[in-house]
Amino acid sequence: MFKIRGTRALAVVVAAVSVTALTACGAKTGDSGTSTTAGAVVDTSGPTVKVGLLNSLSGTMAISEVTVRDSLKLAIDEINASGGVLGKQIEPVSEDGASDWPTFAEKAQKLISQDKVAAVFGCWTSASRKAVKPVFEKNKALLFYPVQYEGLEESPYIFYTGATTNQQIVPALDYLKAQGKTSLYLVGSDYVFPRTANKIIKAYATANGMKVLGEDYAPLGSTEFSTIVNKVKASGASAVFNTLNGDSNVAFFKEYKSAGLTAAAMPVVSVSIAEEEVKSIGTQYLADQLTAWNYYQTTAGAANDKFVKAYKAKYGADKPTSDPMEAAYTSVYLWKAMVEKAGSFDVEKVKAAADAGGITYAAPEGLVTVDGPSQHVYKTARIGKIGPDGLIKEVWSSGQPIKPDPYLKDYSWATGLA
Amino acid sequence: MTAVASPPVAPPIKPSRKRTGWKTAAGFASGAVALFALAPAALDDFRLGLLAKYLCLAIIAVGIGLAWGRGGMLTLGQGVFFGLGGYAMAMHLKLADAGAGNLPDFMQLYGQLDALPWWWRPFANPVFALVATVALPMLVALLLGQLIFRRRVRGAYFAILSQALAAAMAIFLVGQQGTTGGTNGLTDIQGFFGYDLNDPVNRKMIYFIIAGALLLMLAVAWQLMRSRYGELLVAVRDAEERVRFLGYDPANVKLVAYVVAAGMAGLAGALFVPAVGIISPALVGVVPSIEFVVGVAVGGRASLIGPALGAVAVAWARTALSERVPSAWTYFEGLLFILPIVFLPGGLASLPRLLRKARK
Repeated sequence: MFKIRGTRALAVVVAAVSVTALTACGAKTGDSGTSTTAGAVVDTSGPTVKVGLLNSLSGTMAISEVTVRDSLKLAIDEINASGGVLGKQIEPVSEDGASDWPTFAEKAQKLISQDKVAAVFGCWTSASRKAVKPVFEKNKALLFYPVQYEGLEESPYIFYTGATTNQQIVPALDYLKAQGKTSLYLVGSDYVFPRTANKIIKAYATANGMKVLGEDYAPLGSTEFSTIVNKVKASGASAVFNTLNGDSNVAFFKEYKSAGLTAAAMPVVSVSIAEEEVKSIGTQYLADQLTAWNYYQTTAGAANDKFVKAYKAKYGADKPTSDPMEAAYTSVYLWKAMVEKAGSFDVEKVKAAADAGGITYAAPEGLVTVDGPSQHVYKTARIGKIGPDGLIKEVWSSGQPIKPDPYLKDYSWATGLA
Repeated sequence: MTAVASPPVAPPIKPSRKRTGWKTAAGFASGAVALFALAPAALDDFRLGLLAKYLCLAIIAVGIGLAWGRGGMLTLGQGVFFGLGGYAMAMHLKLADAGAGNLPDFMQLYGQLDALPWWWRPFANPVFALVATVALPMLVALLLGQLIFRRRVRGAYFAILSQALAAAMAIFLVGQQGTTGGTNGLTDIQGFFGYDLNDPVNRKMIYFIIAGALLLMLAVAWQLMRSRYGELLVAVRDAEERVRFLGYDPANVKLVAYVVAAGMAGLAGALFVPAVGIISPALVGVVPSIEFVVGVAVGGRASLIGPALGAVAVAWARTALSERVPSAWTYFEGLLFILPIVFLPGGLASLPRLLRKARK
């Protein structure tokens, strides 16, 4: 019959090698001590110290994440021009996460083990953060995450410089309640952030006598909104809470306007539309709609004037600045403050310096303070109204920075959410 | 976007089986030496981990080589089977991490469930989970194949159907956030059947298992290709009606290759999870399904080793290019797909033959 001797012999070899490999294995789960790998090694031998920039430079998220990468580079350039950190110039190593979660994990590992970076800045979507979280924890390396997110997370190796839910969504709901809005309609993209955000919104509504009249999800990138908008219109809700992401917003707001719905009659509060997105959606569809963030390009203050001016000088006068960009820019300065307080680039020492408290930075959004235990940042909540010029004007603010509470422990209505 | 229309590259059935048999055995031996001795010696832990990932893709490619290269079925939906295998494995590992009686971490966060959903429960059993990683994709492929091939769906319609299934699976997984982890997928996996994945020694062990599995799958494919069945499969690809008139049922012939390819994709998914530490809807949808096929096209779909080589080469090029030019690497990658398909329709595997021909 057929020549199968060779194969058979090889199968035996393969099996034998595999068994050998299995017996020569390392620590079992639950072993303590032996199983933990040594902490990340930061290469400080040269005149420079490397940091990683991990953003999607290709794929669907590139349009947003490239602006974050640009802001990170701006901060690094500024710090280098003023003498660097602990006498060393910062050398950024940029990697492309390619809007693909396993790629994020691969590149994070590469930055840590090949480039021996002191810290990594980046990630946007929650999925990419969840994908790299075990990589940073396993290697005991630092990630600075600059985007508002759904909370319910505290990793010892991640610093969250964007808002958690009690600094963005909860204040937005407080604002709507104070405006006399008694019923909501929830529209979101189908992924983790909107689903979790809506869970929190429903819990808030129940406790505060508001009605949630409907909840709809569209697949990421979907542009078909006539059904959803008709349902929103028929519901007669007094406001819409919008957690749609990216291109879907364009279609949603066009449909919203053509259905005859207006900001005066039924305002939409969006938590993922910043200056950059306003530009691409078109101000004629967005005029007078509301947004909830912690920073706008129009935020008053000398630090912001300087940031906006520097950004436009470097990247072009038509480029707006937005909340995630500002949080990214701030994160580099916060890392610098931590390193200088620790007097070392060593990850554990930097963490200890931050966790002891007292790390502050006069950011474009105002004074930010790192909350040691949660490794989140105190941030001021701001509700804004989109103007005809495409800029967002603040109509309400919390007045002072809000203490981050990622698990909403201080909110009685939120028990059972986490 | 792929070389759907390129002429089938049917290698002539070799007159002397004895000689090629010996050659293939030597090829296997050198492959084993490269994978088990050279690679671990030459690469550091990080690069070896990447190679483990590439080899998983190579295992899928071996299956696609069989179904597409030999069987003419353009399987543009292998992500479905890869995902089934990957999720089956990840579900078990998440349950093992959580410990008996506990819900996995993401379910506590997003699910608000009191108990494990019924369809999760069997995966707590390691034997069930291991069998399911391969059996589940094969079973699904068997049912699908019965429907598709009996109705004589083929060509572009088969490819479109495969794509639609991959898209449907990704959308389903995203929608069930509480029980599947949604877009995040299943991540943060700590252990692998009691072995701590944070330990570099254990990660090396995973690499060896994957390398062994690849060799084994190559041996299976070789065996199938050289058998009477393999000849029948090529015959069905080239002239399905003629084979039918000869008294064979082409549907059955195709079904076997389709099911075997699905099993290989499932195995690859199962091994991918401990090697990379994540399985997510982004890995089972339309785009990855196309990328699996692209690797096979680049490598040479009709040969034994071509698909595996192509998959590794494409994945490696992806990493290397994106590290060198992070902001423009996708253009180079596109070029890399187009050039071999236009100038080397037989893929990388046909290079030696072309070189020999050029020298004569």
